[in-house]
Amino acid sequence: MEKSQFQNPWFPYLLLLPQMGIIAVFFLWPAAEAIKSSFYLEDPFFGNATFVGLDNYRDALSASDYKRTAWFTAIFTVLVSVLSLALGLMLAVSADRVLRGQSTYKTLLMWVYAIAPPVAGLIGVMLFDQHIGPLVDFVAIFGWEMRVGVNYWDTGLAMIIVSTWKQVPYCFIFFLSGLQSIPTSVKEAAKVDCRSETRRFWSITFPLLAPTTFFLMILNITYAMFETFGTIDLIVKDQPGNSPVTLVYKVYRDGFRGNDLGGSSAQSVILMIIVLLLTIVQFRLIEKRVHYN
Amino acid sequence: MATTELDQTGTTTAARAKPAPSRKSFGGVRIYDHVVLWLGVFLMMGPLVVAFTTSSFDHVLIHRQGMQFGWGGQFAETYSTVLNQQGGFTGEVTGWLMTKNSFILGIGFAVGKIVISMLAAYAIVYFRFPFATAAFWIIFLTLLLPLEVRILPSYEVVQQLGLVNTYTGLIVPLIASATGTFFFRQFFKSIPNELLEAARIDGANAWRFLIDILVPLSKTMMAAIFIIMFVVGWNQYLWPTLMTTDETYFTLVRGIKQVMQSMIGADIPKYNEALAMAMLAMVPPVAIILIFQRMFIKGLVEQEK
Repeated sequence: MEKSQFQNPWFPYLLLLPQMGIIAVFFLWPAAEAIKSSFYLEDPFFGNATFVGLDNYRDALSASDYKRTAWFTAIFTVLVSVLSLALGLMLAVSADRVLRGQSTYKTLLMWVYAIAPPVAGLIGVMLFDQHIGPLVDFVAIFGWEMRVGVNYWDTGLAMIIVSTWKQVPYCFIFFLSGLQSIPTSVKEAAKVDCRSETRRFWSITFPLLAPTTFFLMILNITYAMFETFGTIDLIVKDQPGNSPVTLVYKVYRDGFRGNDLGGSSAQSVILMIIVLLLTIVQFRLIEKRVHYN
Repeated sequence: MATTELDQTGTTTAARAKPAPSRKSFGGVRIYDHVVLWLGVFLMMGPLVVAFTTSSFDHVLIHRQGMQFGWGGQFAETYSTVLNQQGGFTGEVTGWLMTKNSFILGIGFAVGKIVISMLAAYAIVYFRFPFATAAFWIIFLTLLLPLEVRILPSYEVVQQLGLVNTYTGLIVPLIASATGTFFFRQFFKSIPNELLEAARIDGANAWRFLIDILVPLSKTMMAAIFIIMFVVGWNQYLWPTLMTTDETYFTLVRGIKQVMQSMIGADIPKYNEALAMAMLAMVPPVAIILIFQRMFIKGLVEQEK
């Protein structure tokens, strides 16, 4: 549908000015700087920068440290995205079916959404603490001596659990609202045609939720890659010696702690490319989705 | 939008009324659902409850006996220490000050984002001008590259502008991403054309149409965005950590890092104070989404469209 519009030679630019100004100064300029300094060695802000071409990229990608971090990021991202999606869906399906107490369940289940990632990280650190952590005591019953902060995979597991915990409410809210917007007529018709509740779910309800699932998957991936920074920072306790970290954390650490501006910028640019690729995939799939509606 | 809302309420009431009789024959299903939900609530709320109860105990006791499930009776002392104790190197930071800074960040971020993105969305939807498409794509680009990815150069830029340790430097760069613009763009597009035609006949110009008609119409939308953005702003961590070296600008969430660092060196870390701080940093965003639950969910789910 064509929207009726105003025509004015300068007013729309005035309206756009604040947003565009902020984007130019705090987005385009830094992004350009990142791309530029990724091709230089030393600090370009204090002179003496040498153009080194793709060296920073080559160094970054060939470092064993980088590969390890990339692997951990991939595993972390997949697990956190899939687990929070699955748990959110499971809870939403049940919450949609219960008649009594639905709003209480909803309130208690969405609570964690509002917690900041570092706050979640701090609580996680306590729960997984060697001395005081009840979860460490709990797994010790099964003979597992969990050493978060010392053992690489124990630390990674704690990060995955805390990050998933933080993201489940988000998925839950979206799935529940998706389930509740399925027309009653469809639900009733499905009930007549198919008596098994499980089969009905997988053959009718779940396909109807596909757009929501897809949308959440993309959001979960972005969450796991970027927004978990606070959680990870708290769990590694500022001393990421042997602890697993994500790529974003490494960009921060190399740039601010290691003072390796070129290398950190090259990693930033690589991350930007990954995000752009993800977005292209997203668009391809959204185009397909349009046909359903 | 109005129609979808009707649909939803219609669906839920009908769904609740109808299948109830048939459910009785599947009594087991309902028990299963309640078990799942109870487990979910246990896993979601359990850690918070333990964190809260532990924060009411003495730190020496926590150190000896682990996290606690009962009531320690030290609640008032611990929380008043965290709120009033002057900490940090300068000895000027209190919990109250950090709370104030968190509110400035949360509200400043939310309001800034609403104003800026509403104006931009208005220009994009209601005006025909040469660079409209280009502007749209530039705004869209910001969605793709979160601040975390370009954190170092962003910091350098803000430093060059002399904005380190200012509220401007803390808030404005965070507003650069365009989530709000898309919310408003979607919403403006759903407003019927007839409204603009009618306003034109009455002689309203572009500015009057925005102020007298669109703003009042967008009130619910603005409130929903405010809630979401307030939580996002309040919960910011990485940017405030870099931007504020001056402790008087610390937010509560930023303070969490400080608390963690003080715990690392200590013989007997002050677990109770750390957890009390976590609780304080949690309360305002949780309160706002629970109080305005319906509006919050509506605004959040709107993103998907």
